Amino acid sequence: MTTRTATRLDPRYWQVLALSCLVLYSLFWFHFSTSLIQVALTLGTALATQYACTRIWRLPAFDPKSALISGLGLCFLLRTNLPLLAAATAVIAIASKFLLRWKGKHVWNPTNFALVAMLALSDRVWVSPGQWGSVAFFCFLVALLGGLVVNRSARSDVTYAFLASWAAVLLGRALWLGQPMAIPLHQLQNGTLLIFAFHMISDPKTTPDTRAGRILFAALVALGAGFVQFVLYRTNGLLWSYAVLSVTVPLIDRILPGVRFAWSRPVTGSPSQGVAHEPSRVALPAPPPAAAGRLGAAGR
Amino acid sequence: MNRVAWPFLLLPLLLLAVWAPPAASFCGFYVARGDAKIFNKASKVVLVRDDDRTVLTMANDFKGDPKEFAIVVPVPTVLQKGQIHVGDKAPIDHLDAYTAPRLVEYFDPDPCQVAYREEMRVAAPQAGMSKMSRDAARERSLGVRVEARYTVGEYDIVILSAKQSGGLETWLHENGYTIPRGASRVLAGYIKQDMKFFVAKVNLKEQAKLGFSYLRPIQVAFESPKFILPIRLGMVNADGPQELFVFALTKNGRVETTNYRTVRLPSDAEVPTFVKDEFSDFYRAMFTEQVRKERGEAVFLEYAWDMGWCDPCAADPLSAEELRQLGVWWVGSGETPRSGRAPSIMPGGAQPVFVTRLHVRYDRAHFPEDLVLQQTGDRSNFQGRFVIRHPWKGDAECRGAEDYRRQLRERRSREAETLSDLTGWPLDRIRRKMNLASDNSMPDDNLRWWDRIWAN
Repeated sequence: MTTRTATRLDPRYWQVLALSCLVLYSLFWFHFSTSLIQVALTLGTALATQYACTRIWRLPAFDPKSALISGLGLCFLLRTNLPLLAAATAVIAIASKFLLRWKGKHVWNPTNFALVAMLALSDRVWVSPGQWGSVAFFCFLVALLGGLVVNRSARSDVTYAFLASWAAVLLGRALWLGQPMAIPLHQLQNGTLLIFAFHMISDPKTTPDTRAGRILFAALVALGAGFVQFVLYRTNGLLWSYAVLSVTVPLIDRILPGVRFAWSRPVTGSPSQGVAHEPSRVALPAPPPAAAGRLGAAGR
Repeated sequence: MNRVAWPFLLLPLLLLAVWAPPAASFCGFYVARGDAKIFNKASKVVLVRDDDRTVLTMANDFKGDPKEFAIVVPVPTVLQKGQIHVGDKAPIDHLDAYTAPRLVEYFDPDPCQVAYREEMRVAAPQAGMSKMSRDAARERSLGVRVEARYTVGEYDIVILSAKQSGGLETWLHENGYTIPRGASRVLAGYIKQDMKFFVAKVNLKEQAKLGFSYLRPIQVAFESPKFILPIRLGMVNADGPQELFVFALTKNGRVETTNYRTVRLPSDAEVPTFVKDEFSDFYRAMFTEQVRKERGEAVFLEYAWDMGWCDPCAADPLSAEELRQLGVWWVGSGETPRSGRAPSIMPGGAQPVFVTRLHVRYDRAHFPEDLVLQQTGDRSNFQGRFVIRHPWKGDAECRGAEDYRRQLRERRSREAETLSDLTGWPLDRIRRKMNLASDNSMPDDNLRWWDRIWAN
């Protein structure tokens, strides 16, 4: 097994490819209001920030994959008329990976953190949850590409647990209100939801280390999103819930300890899988080159 | 017995309509030249929104017997008398005309003269002008509570809360409203979400006293995080798609739906000159075609404009007085808008208001849930605008004229295709109407050999 994982292609290549295709599809097919200039600026700023942080933290190698993935996520979700704000969001996203860490692990998914921070700080940015409508073909496409990504990074459990929990929240609410099933089905046929489930909450660097922990976390995020959307009546419940509940991940990891995820060795986190002493290497004060390489590739 | 004018429920939106005389009577939106009816069964709603404050204006042009008129609208809170107002329809008609898709016309200059002369006129579709107390014990037994009763203007208004839809349905029946089958289930959902019900009927005595020949728009102001337009009640017994225009007035930026796709209407396309004479037909066909292309699932943005920065304004903008009538509480009150711009520095007539016009054609199959809205930070301007260019008709004898005529032929051919694409009208018919064959504008591969013989 060790041999197989060592020769496996980094799953983030798939992710970069899948997200790039979807960004282009959205721009040209759905005519998103985001301009190509803004896409270029967001990606360029994300890469530049990654490079700067690589130098500041003296990491041995510049790895653009994670920064690209975060940047592409922003291209999907962030809307603004002001290019400077798009650039600022990209800086926040990448810098958060380096600054906001707990025991060597990210606290927040960079894209999610940057979006929520900008929504809170500025009234000139917004997220359009309905921008893809409920076009079935598009949903299918995202699911397919997303499924590919999560399967290859061994974190599909959190995605499926989240989708199941969120479906339960929506169906349960409809049943309680006596609404026709067309309503929760419509709410589930949402491109933004699939992007969130397959490309954001599945972030292996910020989700709990064990399968049980991830399922618990996914259920909590779904409940939180329901609270934001149907009790507080605020939009973007998924983003807010995920951001707020991310701070519980260290606690969940403490209660349900497992093996830390590394891109070079994607495992599900079960203690029987992988190498038992692996986590201690991450915590070393002066990481050897191999561990430092992972830090450079730190999450997305 | 009072019956509710179903369509009026204006909002199909909000409403819970209680029964609908067939095909009726309300139908808010006529655009026109020559009184052409543009959209039947249309409702107009003005939404003024900032933070959690909302002012909702429901307009109607109900023309039937006022006795027959009533609406039931779910609202988030119990409304005090001061939160209800009966307004004037003129500002709504003005807002409608101000934001309507428009046609702009240009005249080609003499191709033999270097200097350009351009003339521009704007043709926008013109909006057509467009027993009180029940036994308390009985109400208790039904689980219905009359939270308040008011007479405002020509309307008798009751604010109800209910514990269960059966009781509410019975109460409405006993008070002269006929509820369409299926409404009870929809009502139940609103009751569980702790919504109240705003029920209005016409007070004939008051109406006679006031002397209005039409029913004026009802306005309500409330504070709630809910930013939704309940359309489900309006679809309970609708016999086809309904048309809704939402005019949102905000401080910060454009309004969009979060649970449906909001799509911009095509804009700035060049269309054949004959469209000028049938712009209403064009608008209706174009809208229908766009709905079809979006599989009937989208909400359309027809206009988005920062009224604080049009100097000069392209059309006659709404005055501060009109905006206040529509419920824009921050205009003219000295309250500084969030953007920090003070009203006093606005250029002539401009106001610190962002206006959004949304147009949606909905039915149960494609719009299963109520519209959920959000205010975005988007302050970019957009208008549904179409362009016609009149060819130069004068003499032109020079080398440039030859080029001009060639470009003109290409242009007219392109215009025909654009129009066909926008409206779904058959290309052949458009070409015939433009008489394309006569000036050789039609690409050769589209011509049959006999088309040029008589040029008809």
